[in-house]
Amino acid sequence: MQNSITIVLSGEAGQGLQTIEDLLTKAISDSYYIFSASEVMSRVRGGNNTVTFRISEEKVFSFRYEIDFLFLLNDHGLSRLKQRITPNTRIFDQDKFAGDKSVPKDSNMIILGFICGMIGLDKSAVVDLIKSHFSSKAAERISENEREFIVGFDQGFAEPRLNLIKSSKNGTYKLLDGTQAVGIGALAGGCNFVAAYPMSPGTGLLTFMADHAIDYGVLVEQAEDEIAAINMVIGAWYAGARGLVTTSGGGFSLMQEAVSLAAMTETPCVIHVGQRPGPATGLPTRTEQSDLNLVVYSGQGEFPRIVLAPGSLEDGVLLSQKAFYFADKYQIPVFILTDQFYLDAKGQMERLTLREDALRQQIVKTDQDYQRYTLNASGISPRGIPGNGTGFIKADSDEHDEHGMITEDFEMRIKMNDKRLRKENGLLEEYVSAELIGPSEHRHLIVGWGSTYGVLKEFINTRKTADTAFLNIKQVYPLHSELLPYFKKAQSVTVVENNAKGQLADLLVLKLGVRIANRVLKYSGEPFSIEEIEKRLLEVL
Amino acid sequence: MHSYESDFPIDIAWCPGCGNFGIRTALIQALQELSIDPTLLVFAAGIGQAAKMPQYVNANYFNGLHGRALPVALAIKASNPKLTVIAEGGDGDMYGEGGNHFIHNIRRNPDITHLVHDNMVYGLTKGQASPTSQIGFVTSVQVDGVINVPINPLALALTLGATFVGRAFSGDIPETKEIIKAALQHRGYAFVDILQPCVSFNKINNFGWYKSHSYYLDQTRNTEDINQAFALAQDTRKMALGILYQSKGRPTYEDEVNIYKEDATPIVSRLRDIKGINAFIQT
Repeated sequence: MQNSITIVLSGEAGQGLQTIEDLLTKAISDSYYIFSASEVMSRVRGGNNTVTFRISEEKVFSFRYEIDFLFLLNDHGLSRLKQRITPNTRIFDQDKFAGDKSVPKDSNMIILGFICGMIGLDKSAVVDLIKSHFSSKAAERISENEREFIVGFDQGFAEPRLNLIKSSKNGTYKLLDGTQAVGIGALAGGCNFVAAYPMSPGTGLLTFMADHAIDYGVLVEQAEDEIAAINMVIGAWYAGARGLVTTSGGGFSLMQEAVSLAAMTETPCVIHVGQRPGPATGLPTRTEQSDLNLVVYSGQGEFPRIVLAPGSLEDGVLLSQKAFYFADKYQIPVFILTDQFYLDAKGQMERLTLREDALRQQIVKTDQDYQRYTLNASGISPRGIPGNGTGFIKADSDEHDEHGMITEDFEMRIKMNDKRLRKENGLLEEYVSAELIGPSEHRHLIVGWGSTYGVLKEFINTRKTADTAFLNIKQVYPLHSELLPYFKKAQSVTVVENNAKGQLADLLVLKLGVRIANRVLKYSGEPFSIEEIEKRLLEVL
Repeated sequence: MHSYESDFPIDIAWCPGCGNFGIRTALIQALQELSIDPTLLVFAAGIGQAAKMPQYVNANYFNGLHGRALPVALAIKASNPKLTVIAEGGDGDMYGEGGNHFIHNIRRNPDITHLVHDNMVYGLTKGQASPTSQIGFVTSVQVDGVINVPINPLALALTLGATFVGRAFSGDIPETKEIIKAALQHRGYAFVDILQPCVSFNKINNFGWYKSHSYYLDQTRNTEDINQAFALAQDTRKMALGILYQSKGRPTYEDEVNIYKEDATPIVSRLRDIKGINAFIQT
C-alpha cells in the first residue's frame, strides 16, 4: 500500500459534498497526488453520503478503506462508517467548528478551509479557486464563502502539519473523473452526436457532452427512451455523423435489438455502458462489473463487436477515442464498458497529446454504380452516406444483397453472414494490447479489467515481489491469442473482478483455454479497497 | 424528371390489389412533381408490409427495426438538415410498436414527413388486430373480437401540437398525391394517415367501406383552425380526408437545437480539430 492519508467527509444528500469534493481535489491537485471517490445513496435529499479523499506520495487511483480524518457534516453518518474507523482515526464533528460564532458551524467552506489549512495549502490560491468557482453567485455570497473558508483555514493551520511529499511540479496532471476521461476521448474520436436516456451512472457522460456541445459542435438529444436513443445514434452514423449513446445495464438491455441492427446494417455505433449492480434496478448508485456477458452476448444473431474497458483515466481517453475509430473502420457496434466507481472517481491524468488519426473518416464518395454491401476479402464494404456522391445508400435490417435489397437467397445469406463475420479477422490485427505491470517473468499472474486497474497496480507496485505480475486486459472482447504467453509463464492465475461469477475469467477459459486457479470477486456494490485486495490476494498467492 | 425506379428488376412482396400500390404511385408522382433529387432523399422505415416501400422506390433508405423509423429519421435529418427525410410504415409499426416515438417526435417538430399506411390490421404477421382495428373486429388472436378502443392517430397528433395533420385514402391516387406533396412541402413535422384496404386480412374495412366512410374536406377552408381540426379528427363515423390542420411558421427541431442556432453547417460537414481537444487536456 502506498503511503497516503485518507480524509472522509460524511453528510447527507443536498449538503454540498460535491462542491467540497470539486474544490478540495482542485486545491490539492496542484501540489499533491490526490484521488477521490464519492459514495452516494439513491436519493436526492437526506441519507448518508461520503466522499473519500486519498492524498498520496505517488500517483494514485484507488480507494483506501481506513479513515485517518473523518469530518461529520451530520451525526447519522457515524454508524455506517464504524468499520472504517480505527483507534488512530481523528473525528471532527460540527461542534469542532462551533467556537467561532461569526460563521455557521455547518458551513462547507469552514470544513474546506480546515482541511486546506491542515495540509498547509497556499491560502490565497484556494481563495482564488473559491472565487472562480462561485463566480456566477452574488458578490456578497462569494465574500461570505471566503470569510468562512479563512476561519476554517486558520483553525486547520493550527493543527499538527500533515507530513506529505509534494508532487514534482504544479500542473503536471489534469484532474478529472472517469466520466470526463471518456467524454474527452469521445470528442477526440470525433463524436458529434449524442442521444441518451438518463440512467445512473451513464448520465454523467450525457451531461459532459451537453456541456461541451457548442464548443465542439455536438448535437445532444435526450431521447424518449433507450430504444429511441440507440436508434437515433445509428441513424446519425448512417447520415455521416459520429454518434454515442450512454446508459447503464438496465437501459442497455432495452437497446439490444438495435445493437444487432447496427451489426446487420453495418452501421457503426458507439455504446457506453456504465455498469451498476443488478439484476433489475439493483443498487442504482453503486458499482459492479457484472454486465460483461450482457454486452458480449447482446443482440440476436452472430456478428463481430469490440468491447473496450478503460481502467485508468488515460485509458478512458485513449480507448474512447479508439472506439470511434474502430466503429467507423469496421462498421460494427463498439462498446466502452465502465462502472460507477470508475466514472465517479477523480484522479490525476497525464496531459496526453492525442493523435488525429482517429478523426479521419472512412467514408467514400459514391457513384451511380455504388452498392452498399459489396462483397470483398476484408468484409469491410466501402461506406457511403446520403448526399455524398450520386449513389444510393440502401441499408437493410433484413438479410440483403450487395445493393441492400431484401433477399431470401440462401447462398447470398451465407455470403453476407461470412462477410460480416470476416471483419473480426481484421479487427483482431489491431487488438488493443493488455498492459503488464510487474515482472515479465512471473510465477503468479493477477488478471483484471476496467476499474480494478488502480488498486491492482498499487498492490503490485508497492509489494515489489519478483514473482507476481498484474495483467490489465483493455480489450475484453474479442480476446486475442497474443495474451496466451502471459498465462503460460504463470503457475497460478488469479482473476479479480467486481462481480459474483468471474465473467472475464469465464471468457478467458472459453476463448483462450487458459486455466484460472483463483477468482477474487466482490459484489457488495462497493469497489475493492487496497486493504481488501492485499488481504484477499495474499490468501491465494 | 427523376424516375425513382430501380435499374434492376424488383420483386414486390405486396398482395395483388393491396392499397400499398396506390400509395406508391401517389408517392412517386409527388416526389417527381416536386423535383426532389433522390440522392438527397432518405426513407427511414421499420418493419411491415408498408415499411417495405423504400425497397420499391429508388432513393436512399435505412430500413431498420419494427417501430423505430422515427428516431432514425429524426437523427438523419438532424445530422444533415440538407436531406429530405420521409419516415414510412404501417399502423402497427408506427402506432403500436413505435407509439412512444410517435408521441415524442410530434413534440420535437422535426422537418420530416411521416406517412403511415393505416389498414386497421396486421398484414405481415397475418391478420392480428392493430392499434387502429375497430371494436368487434375478429381475428385469429382476438377470437371474440377486438375489445380495446382504437387509437385515434389524428386526434393524438393534434393534441401533441403536430404542425401538419392530414388523412388520405389509397384508393384515390390523385388526391393522395396532393396531400403527400403538401406534407413534403410543409416545414416541420408533417403527418399523414393513409387509409388503405388490406385485401388479405381485413374483409370488413374494404375499399367500399372506406369509400362510404370518408369524405373530402373543402380545400378552401381555414386549415389553421385547431378546434375545427379537433372536431374533424374526433368524428370517426365518417372520416375527413385532406389537410385537417396546418400551422406554418413554428420553428423546427433543427431550427431550435442549440448547435444550429449560430452555425447552420450540418454536423456531418463539420471538422473536429484535435488541437482543440489537446488544448482542453492542457487546461
